[in-house]
Amino acid sequence: MTTTAPETEVLAAVFDAAVAADERIEPRDWMPDAYRATLVRQIAQHAHSEIIGMQPEANWITRAPSLRRKAILMAKVQDEAGHGLYLYSAAETLGTGRDELLDKLHAGRQRYSSIFNYPTLTWADVGAIGWLVDGAAITNQVPLCRCSYGPYARAMVRICKEESFHQRQGYELLLTLSRGTEAQHAMAQDAVDRWWWPSLMMFGPPDDESAHSAQSMAWKIKRHSNDELRQRFVDICVPQAESLGLTLPDPDLRWNEARGHYDFGAIDWDEFHEVLRGNGPCNDQRIGQRRTAHENGAWVREAAAAHAAKHGKATA
Amino acid sequence: MTAALALGDDALVLSHRLGEWAGHAPVLEEEVALANIALDLLGQARTLLSLVGDEDELAYLREERAFRNVQLVEQPNGDFAHTMARQLYFSVYQHLLYGQLAAADGRLAPLAAKAVKEVAYHRDHAEQWTLRLGDGTEESHARMQRGLDALWRFTDELFEPVEGLPVDWPALRDGWLAQVTDIVERATLTLPGGPGGGAWTAGAGRQGIHTEPFGRMLAEMQHLHRSHPGATW
Repeated sequence: MTTTAPETEVLAAVFDAAVAADERIEPRDWMPDAYRATLVRQIAQHAHSEIIGMQPEANWITRAPSLRRKAILMAKVQDEAGHGLYLYSAAETLGTGRDELLDKLHAGRQRYSSIFNYPTLTWADVGAIGWLVDGAAITNQVPLCRCSYGPYARAMVRICKEESFHQRQGYELLLTLSRGTEAQHAMAQDAVDRWWWPSLMMFGPPDDESAHSAQSMAWKIKRHSNDELRQRFVDICVPQAESLGLTLPDPDLRWNEARGHYDFGAIDWDEFHEVLRGNGPCNDQRIGQRRTAHENGAWVREAAAAHAAKHGKATA
Repeated sequence: MTAALALGDDALVLSHRLGEWAGHAPVLEEEVALANIALDLLGQARTLLSLVGDEDELAYLREERAFRNVQLVEQPNGDFAHTMARQLYFSVYQHLLYGQLAAADGRLAPLAAKAVKEVAYHRDHAEQWTLRLGDGTEESHARMQRGLDALWRFTDELFEPVEGLPVDWPALRDGWLAQVTDIVERATLTLPGGPGGGAWTAGAGRQGIHTEPFGRMLAEMQHLHRSHPGATW
């Protein structure tokens, strides 16, 4: 359907009014091309993060030290696959299918959260990911439940509920280690030492360097700035670390009475940009495993499609 | 409770093998489905092993020779068709077995009544994939046939009576063979030689004789737990 310029102006005014009134934009509604493109980019990045994020945790499924922890971890990794499914479906409502997005991921043309380019070296890393990485993700994602795009906002409501569950499980895992044997406590502290700074980087570059923030805020895709969310996360984590009996690896971390927030040390943005550029410890490994799984699965997907075509059914 | 140990080990070991698929499945829906099946089996294993003793001691501190699972479930995943062949053979068996146990009045009846519903889904999942792969492309047909052929020799052991289970084993074997034959034929595949039909059949898992890959699987599964004796997790 093509629209004339004056019609587009009217549609744009309707769209702007809906956003201003905090109404939800739905798939059939008119929306600016750039709004659509921004959402596809963001939702795809989020979906990719869910499926790449399965890898560092799946790394410990076969070595989980108790059957209870094994069940919790398998269920968590399964939830992440489920989140990937909802999110690819949300992107599909904007006219971009899962296959196209996966191709872009595999070709390195779309991103996923940089945090998953760090390795899970010990069992305690599973706890640190739950507590810190999922904690940071929730801080980022809770405001997205009020995002202006309906399908994304609704997917986020469900995802945030499950993420909070994961975050509590991670905290409880670390607490058990922290109160366990000396070796277990040391394992927990080492994991927190390695995951703390990368978790702070998950909120993205500082506000004055963030490329997409201003427009996303105006469209109510984003509700709070990167620095605001990062501060909120630090404020939540400091007392939690104390309860865990673990130390956050930042000598500059202290309560600032005047600001009503914790001050924290400088983030190494060079490291962030290096990892983003593909030079993190696991970038090649993560994308390599994803591509291999996809390529090894090609004959399975072809078989399902061929079977469906022969028998007149939709594919699995 | 030899019987609970045997069935518990079947579920524990197959769950572990399916867990190895996480992050490697051919399509996102299968990441969810395989994890779902693995979780059901792990739940069954935990209930069964708890009837025998401490679930973690049993899972993590027994040596290979003390495990009582059939050799079929410990076989490495191979490709997706190989895994589906293993799933087909085992889920049809487990579905019929739990069906009988649920109908009998034994100690395992409540567990079997719950598990049989889960296993009905596992069976359906394996059946659907056998049909898709068998009657899909030339390549998938060949791979599925290879999976069925390679694992066939581990099926005879499934019907060796487990002491203490109120099960009609000959009926179980007949039911299994009828269902597997029906699915395999509908999938345009060929049933390998019948159980005991001349081919050498492996299988003494119930007596604690396992295959080489099982020791490596246990080494991976038990290593962290054994590295911290007495620790709680």
